Amino acid sequence: MIREITLGQYYPVDSVLHRMDPRTKLFGTMVFIISLFLANGVPAYIAATVFLVLAIRLSKVPFSFMVRGLKAIIFLLLISVSFNLFLTPGQILVQLGFLKVTWEGLRTAAFMALRLIYLVIGSSVMTLTTTPNELTDGLERSLGFLKRVGVPVHEISMMMSIALRFIPILVEETDKIMKAQMARGADFESGNLIQKAKSMVPLLVPLFISAFRRATDLAMAMEARCYHGGEGRTKMKPLKYAQRDRIAYLFYLIYLAVLIVLRLL
Amino acid sequence: MSIKAEHINFLYGEGTAFEQYALKDVSFEIEDGQFIGLIGHTGSGKSTLIQHLNGLLRASSGTIYYNGENIYQEGYNMRALRSKVGLVFQYPEHQLFEIDVFSDVCFGPKNQGLEQDEIEQRATGALRAVGLPEKYWKQSPFELSGGQKRRVAIAGVLAMLPEVLILDEPTAGLDPRGRDEILEEISGLHRDRHMTIILVSHSMEDVARYADRLIVMNHGEKLFDAPPREVFRHYKELEAVGLAAPQITYIVQRLRAEGVPIADDITMVAEAKTAILQLLRKDPK
Repeated sequence: MIREITLGQYYPVDSVLHRMDPRTKLFGTMVFIISLFLANGVPAYIAATVFLVLAIRLSKVPFSFMVRGLKAIIFLLLISVSFNLFLTPGQILVQLGFLKVTWEGLRTAAFMALRLIYLVIGSSVMTLTTTPNELTDGLERSLGFLKRVGVPVHEISMMMSIALRFIPILVEETDKIMKAQMARGADFESGNLIQKAKSMVPLLVPLFISAFRRATDLAMAMEARCYHGGEGRTKMKPLKYAQRDRIAYLFYLIYLAVLIVLRLL
Repeated sequence: MSIKAEHINFLYGEGTAFEQYALKDVSFEIEDGQFIGLIGHTGSGKSTLIQHLNGLLRASSGTIYYNGENIYQEGYNMRALRSKVGLVFQYPEHQLFEIDVFSDVCFGPKNQGLEQDEIEQRATGALRAVGLPEKYWKQSPFELSGGQKRRVAIAGVLAMLPEVLILDEPTAGLDPRGRDEILEEISGLHRDRHMTIILVSHSMEDVARYADRLIVMNHGEKLFDAPPREVFRHYKELEAVGLAAPQITYIVQRLRAEGVPIADDITMVAEAKTAILQLLRKDPK
């Protein structure tokens, strides 16, 4: 019942994008996001669409999987579209009482919607093709320069990967606890807000206790294997750029150049 | 009256890359008062199957009848079903949450909407039935030992006075003494209260001793459904699916292979002892 959550979900197939270095994918996502904010005309959006379609095709992940992420922002999407649609001043197309739709509003709303949708799909291409571990590995390496100014990059990325690792475990545990309490007649659905909050107690107490227990166990297991932070720690699979990464970076450069030119035109 | 499952199929992750059959065309009927052993190695679908019997999981296709009523029909009272078919999960840590043992056991009957007197009466009865000494009743359930926690968890379900009691690996992680005690109490419920029991277990010795019928699951399918003696006669097939017969069955089979005329359906040590003694007495030497 609760398994539907698709947060940072990895889709296991073998593709060029899956094999790509996580840093390349992180950088690519960044380039794509920047390009979406640079884009201000139809040609730029066509270029962005080409980029996205190419990434989706290369990833071999079914398109229906990426669209799922959109469910989460549907509300945000509706709000921003209607605000832009009705509140942009300009040449009036349709007048509905006090609401008026302008040509400029229609244009901004359409671009805004496209931008948000592309943003979500673009970042889900990355999370669907990169395991959480690779992702934090990539982040740790890419942000390594921050270490010099005293940011504990390794610790933060370790915390991030542990947190990501524990999401499915805790989701599964929540499911089991809910079932165990439902077998004793617990009801998590009906009732008003206060009753609902109260009915959460039999769920949250075992969940917290188990989370704390897991945290102690993990800390102990890490110390038993001599974990003492990132200093001097080597990796079993160090990140290494391959030919495909160099091609990807070249492609990013061209793409970004095209977008900048289109912006300046 | 009974539980009847007809052609139950259950798919995990329908429509995704992870789609997988957890149950495949499983059918059976369980009569009142039976003691069933449900066995199968990890991932064989036994836990999935028992969650269907009280409606926690809904079959992708197939029907389940409880006392002749289809539990999937519109407007069927699932909560009432769950208090009739009590399910105790493997880990007591997943259900204990109250400040003391007694209030935790009261949770089930409270959800049934009973009067306070009745609730306390039932909790007392349930805690006595599982043999938890009274000195623990006001303690926090988290301070108890593994075996005692398990008892509290079973009591928490028993307090709802179910007609059928399903236990998922109630002896996992217990020492031999704790295991024997829990099993004796469960078998007592079956004997004295004529409860229908479904015991999910890994241990062939346990199910051989208590169950009068075994259902063996493998890869989501029902492999055997027969009294323990008959099932263990197929010990070679059991091995092929990662299970085994009780150790004594192997000894008996070896004896038979050596030409000793001993019955081939012995599943318990005590039984084997009697049979061997009998043979020795008959032996002219």
